[in-house]
Amino acid sequence: MVENTLSIKAVDFNFYYGSHHALKNINLDVMKNKVMAMIGPSGCGKSTFLRSINRMNDLIEGTQAKGALLFGGMDVNEKSVDVTRLRREVGMVFQKPNPFPKSIFENVAYGLRVNRLFNGRDDLNVKVEQSLREAGLWDEVKDNLNKNAYDLSGGQQQRLCIARALVIRPEVILMDEPTASLDPISTAKIEELIQELKKNYTIIIVTHNMQQAARVADNTAFFMLGELVEYGETSKIFTKPDKKITEDYITGRFG
Amino acid sequence: MERHFDEELEALKKNILKMASMVDDAVHKSVESLVDMDIEMAEKLIEDDQIIDLLEVQIDRQCLELLAKRQPLAVDLRFITSLQKINNDLERIGDLAINVAHASIYLSKHPPLKPLVDIPKMEEETRKMLRQAVSAIVEKNPAAAREICLKDSEIDSLYVQVFREILTYMMEDNNNIKRGIRLILVAKHIERMADHVTNIAEDVVYMLEGKTIKHHIDV
Amino acid sequence: MKETHPEKQAIDKNRYARQSAGFLVLKACVLSVVLSLIVLIGFIVIKGMGALNIDFFIKFPENGMSEGGIFPAIMGTFLLSTGAILFALPLGVLTAVWLTEYSTSMKMVRLLRIGINSLAGVPSIVFGLFGLAFLVKFMQFGVSLLSGIVVLGIMVLPTVIVTAEEALLSVPKSFKEASLALGATRWETMYKVILPNAISGILTGVILGIGRAAGETAPIMFTAATFFTVKLPDSLFSEVMALPYHIYALMTEGSQAGQMEIAYGTALVLLMLVLAVNAAAIAIRIKARRGRKW
Repeated sequence: MVENTLSIKAVDFNFYYGSHHALKNINLDVMKNKVMAMIGPSGCGKSTFLRSINRMNDLIEGTQAKGALLFGGMDVNEKSVDVTRLRREVGMVFQKPNPFPKSIFENVAYGLRVNRLFNGRDDLNVKVEQSLREAGLWDEVKDNLNKNAYDLSGGQQQRLCIARALVIRPEVILMDEPTASLDPISTAKIEELIQELKKNYTIIIVTHNMQQAARVADNTAFFMLGELVEYGETSKIFTKPDKKITEDYITGRFG
Repeated sequence: MERHFDEELEALKKNILKMASMVDDAVHKSVESLVDMDIEMAEKLIEDDQIIDLLEVQIDRQCLELLAKRQPLAVDLRFITSLQKINNDLERIGDLAINVAHASIYLSKHPPLKPLVDIPKMEEETRKMLRQAVSAIVEKNPAAAREICLKDSEIDSLYVQVFREILTYMMEDNNNIKRGIRLILVAKHIERMADHVTNIAEDVVYMLEGKTIKHHIDV
Repeated sequence: MKETHPEKQAIDKNRYARQSAGFLVLKACVLSVVLSLIVLIGFIVIKGMGALNIDFFIKFPENGMSEGGIFPAIMGTFLLSTGAILFALPLGVLTAVWLTEYSTSMKMVRLLRIGINSLAGVPSIVFGLFGLAFLVKFMQFGVSLLSGIVVLGIMVLPTVIVTAEEALLSVPKSFKEASLALGATRWETMYKVILPNAISGILTGVILGIGRAAGETAPIMFTAATFFTVKLPDSLFSEVMALPYHIYALMTEGSQAGQMEIAYGTALVLLMLVLAVNAAAIAIRIKARRGRKW
């Protein structure tokens, strides 16, 4: 593991939904094998930034990006970038667990199948098992791989979604409020998992739970009204932020 | 946004101020009983220490409750954790005042060794520092807190002075040793009080600025 | 409970009385609907029951259609509606896919929707005339199975498109997002995730379309149906008999004694057919809903 290698870099990055200026001159570095948390009031642009990285915003009509958002030395919005390849490198876990209504096995296998990333049935089995193990779900589901994913609990479903994202070996995993709909114990499991996963992946997480950001993240970015207000080490942000407005937000004086 | 939390923090602060003023009073009375050779006052002081101890426990519980309930961050987190430490230091100062009261009971039963000049001076300086630390909390004035840390060396040199002086008395006459050692210990207790006040001042700086100045580490 | 003033009690009583009156009206409405349905079905059943026997289903009409069975009409209706669906299904589903997933211009989509809705509102006799003018005459298909299939297909197209669109849209967006985020293309996402989850909804629409196509007379009158034939159709260009048209023919042209009973028998068969098809659609929908877990 190389310390302090750059994974994602935003340079004067701007984003528009039609005429709405959703992100304003964002400059930010995300380091490899770190957990970066994004906090801020609703509509502050943190989710927009997250979805800009794997270009999920493409699904929305009338969006426009300006400036650079570099991943692997390339601007993700460059014409020559193959968006399916980008998404293979930048996985995503959503707010609500969203497994496919298929079996547990097929959920994990999906990414391998569409991207043709396996070599025969045995290889497929091995890779699915490996991801389920990484997501800390294997022991709970190994006897029921053919069961429908929706028979799992909410927390298990979310870990299944993480396994599904891991199976194609992305470099970065984006998590959009991954525990927003989970109970505290499932949340704790996901947070443990995040700590485990950062050994092999770079993780960017959006959260509304300040304590969660404090617990899991190495670095924290505070967004407000489309601007990056403050970005730094989590321990610093949560004990002594530089900006008054950051302090007011994380201590619940507004927002 | 008005937070109910702010009221809870305010209540906590009030208790700390109350604690500080009680400790300040105890320090003053302990040395007063020594100077006036007032056994009754010293005994009353020892008895009243319970009240300080009770308040300490109460503040401690208050802090823990707020940490658990509110899971504070940033300025709130620094405020509570600093007050927790300040509370502890105040209680230690109170204990040292009791030590002084015990010495004063012993010494009051014997003829005075010498007129006391430097010890009351140490006490006065120490209490000045303590009061300044308290007003630094109230006024949110880190500069005032920083000043306190510089004053600690004055107390240290006063202590060295008292030590040397009493040493000469003890060398002159063996009979002076018992009372001499008691007096040196009183001076040492007050010097320790000033150290605790310095800790408090350092915590106030951290509380207000988020900077660690203890042990001359500046992060 | 607080004691209530007698005057107030009277007012309350009045309110309940009004409520009961309202319910009564509602009940009467529902009852009249159910009653007319029962009377209609009962009438057809009673009048048509007598004609039903095995021969009625498997024999050709005999003796100037006053005796024998309605086998060619059943076959004709079966072929016409199956053909219409085979024609409308791919066309309709693919249109729905394009409408929901691929269209980039909202204006275009809105225009198309208006078109589709208009198509659904066109009276069936107009379809018949179109078929006659365009398919039978201009395209030279003649009065044939093919012409009938195409006309009926076009006629059920709006049903298929709208239900397919609804079914596609009912698949949660989160599935699509999950698939795309895993590096799947939009097309892979469509056929691996969205279509499989929409299939039961689409099927329901298709079956309802069959029901509609099977019962129509006007569109096939000039394009496909024949009064009487002694053989089953041997190619797409043959004329066919069909249940609704058979009834029409018997009721309007016939004068022989047995014809009335056969007409009612035919109506009963057609009614059972349409009801069975609708029941199948409902069964599929219920099964799909029960199996759906998201």
